[in-house]
Amino acid sequence: MIISQLGYYSLIFGLLTSIFIFFNSSVQIKRNDTVISSKTTGLIGFQFFFVFISFISLIYSFIISDFSNETVYSNSHTTKPLFYKITGTWGNHEGSLLLWLLVLTGVLLGFIFKSRNEPSNYRRLTILFHQIIIIGFFVFVLKTSNPFNEIFPVQTEGLGLNPILQDPALGIHPPILYLGYVGTSIIFSAALASMISNYVNKSWAKNIKFWILFSWIFLTGGILLGSIWAYYELGWGGFWFWDPVENVSLMPWLSLTALLHCIVTLEKRELFKKWTIVLCIITFALSMVGTFLVRSGILNSVHTFANDPSRGIYILTFLLVLVLLSFVIFTIYEKKNFIQKSEIFPLSKETAVLINNWFILYFLSVVLIGTIYPIFLDVIMDEQISVGPPFYNKLILPFLIPFVLFMSIGPSMRWIKTNFKIGLKNFLIIFFTLIFSFITIYFIGKKNVFLLLLFVGFFYLLLKSLDQLRQRTKNFAQILSHSGFSLLLISILLNSFSSNETIKNIQVGESFVLKNEKIIFKKIAVEKEKNYESIIGFFEVLDEKNKIINLRPEIRIYNEPEMATSEASIKTTLFKDRFITINMIKDQNFFNVRYQQKPFMIWIWISTLIIMLGGLFAIFKKNKEFNI
Amino acid sequence: MYSKKVKFRFLFIFVFLTLIVLTTFSVLKVLKDNVVYFKSPSEINLSTEISSKKIRVGGMVKKDSVIMNNNKINFIITDFKNELYVTFSGTVPNLFEEEKGVVAEGFLNDKKFLVADKILAKHDENYMPPEVKKSLGE
Repeated sequence: MIISQLGYYSLIFGLLTSIFIFFNSSVQIKRNDTVISSKTTGLIGFQFFFVFISFISLIYSFIISDFSNETVYSNSHTTKPLFYKITGTWGNHEGSLLLWLLVLTGVLLGFIFKSRNEPSNYRRLTILFHQIIIIGFFVFVLKTSNPFNEIFPVQTEGLGLNPILQDPALGIHPPILYLGYVGTSIIFSAALASMISNYVNKSWAKNIKFWILFSWIFLTGGILLGSIWAYYELGWGGFWFWDPVENVSLMPWLSLTALLHCIVTLEKRELFKKWTIVLCIITFALSMVGTFLVRSGILNSVHTFANDPSRGIYILTFLLVLVLLSFVIFTIYEKKNFIQKSEIFPLSKETAVLINNWFILYFLSVVLIGTIYPIFLDVIMDEQISVGPPFYNKLILPFLIPFVLFMSIGPSMRWIKTNFKIGLKNFLIIFFTLIFSFITIYFIGKKNVFLLLLFVGFFYLLLKSLDQLRQRTKNFAQILSHSGFSLLLISILLNSFSSNETIKNIQVGESFVLKNEKIIFKKIAVEKEKNYESIIGFFEVLDEKNKIINLRPEIRIYNEPEMATSEASIKTTLFKDRFITINMIKDQNFFNVRYQQKPFMIWIWISTLIIMLGGLFAIFKKNKEFNI
Repeated sequence: MYSKKVKFRFLFIFVFLTLIVLTTFSVLKVLKDNVVYFKSPSEINLSTEISSKKIRVGGMVKKDSVIMNNNKINFIITDFKNELYVTFSGTVPNLFEEEKGVVAEGFLNDKKFLVADKILAKHDENYMPPEVKKSLGE
């Protein structure tokens, strides 16, 4: 109880510190001080510290199950395992916003440390803009989503955490995702500051590149974890559903990826200044749009906790204020900053980056339209619709072919001007690309020209990247990410075109066949765990060589809150996942069994890790320069 | 006359604009073909023709209406004014239960019969699809 109070007052102190830093920095900017005083740095440290204390007290309240705290009461339960008591801290709206605030103040502290050699005017303006965001979120937390609300009389037992959130992958998914998602805020603040302080140049690009990579890596990781979770926990056996909630994380990722390519061009050639700043603003705006859509209750998903319209309105207003602010600053300082000196030649790396950005922007618009359009239609026409995967497939897949082709030749372009030599090696790569593509098509057994073209594109990118990797060029990080991307596309394509599934309603003792495999429902067992009861189905799968594979899917019936979840049973091998889930309908004798063969599933995860690894290499390659 | 450079620039802008217009049209066309409308059983009953496109229907699962066999699950969706027979083969979400909210996606055979290929998952026990809440509230 006292700890909970401590957390609350710590938050208030944090807000006061922010307001103080804000005024302090504005005064210093007016006076045109040459250095940033250690006082300011100290205050930013304190600001982070206060939020940290607040966060720790919330975790503590969760651990000791302090049910005088409303957030703990609504989202925890004494019988829950310790791990889920802790992860439950951010498994709700209030706690997750506290985490958001923690990351928001944390990245500013990190920025101060990483920018010691930058002009102080630029640093101070960044602090100023970042304080606006921080104050906005402090007020948001304290006003609409205070995690330390008390309830009286004190309850003896909590309501429990949504069972599908009681999962290890989901325990770490929010912190990782937030580091990326909220990390984009510092890019936004720094972009505005650099414009005002006339610092949009090579050294700024060098400075902010770290934070772009930082956000990009964590965002990739966060999306990966969410995807893995959806794969085994939701029981549908897919990893991406084009669900609006997934889309709002993909959109900032796309614009970050575009930004990543732009910033290097800015660093090397002082080009695309205006566009880079716009991308910085778009990226953060998209992550705010995501927060708005997810938290306002407009979209329905596991992320939508208790709906409260005032929250949505607040975020939307705040977002509009920030966008308006950046728009005003952009128009005022546009002329001063953006004089483009050099010309771009058609055959150069600059052109390649430009093409990359056009394509990514197109993909981004498609996802944005698919996500926003249903909401508009609902608000304006009062019609309820949903936009399904065919929309995205039709509009994105065809454009992937030219996209990957440009992606294959882009890295071997040079800055300023390139002279192409077409050697024997190019023909060899094309030859092997065709061979691989035809073999793959043959094995999948689908005679489809479009599919063949997709494979040709993807294999070409893979072989080309591997060839570049073999040459040990300086841009190892980039080529690694590109190889990962091509591998990801190939795995996704193989996975979606050669998956098999069957769904049957069967009783114990019955069996069914899928392709060359026979699935036998052996028996059922019931086990009691600490906070749930588990109904386990024992299944035997006889594969084509008559080898027995045991699978044990579960239905868990949690007691607090009372709810059933399906736990998939998955046998992963290098080339194929076998995936089984069971479901029950009340008062029926049948079990609803879903059995899937999902080829190359593990390669989807591995290739995403490779993409991330490329980013990590780029960050840690300190002395050598990061190229694209 | 214009110089070669200016001519080239005009051509570039022209091609660029045409591309943008074409893309916008194709995006809107694909969008139009691929949206799934949400209807209540009463709305379907009132409509004059049966749409050949995929739709979503929401309402409550009628009491004692669920019948299962090896390949199919049959049930009735009701909004307490009109009913719709649904036949479905696929995975049932765990929260599928009689007298609870449900959303089924599929094709209409006639005004009273839906062949569903998907029943939507819901994430917690208090959750009711906003569309269902709305159509029940009306």
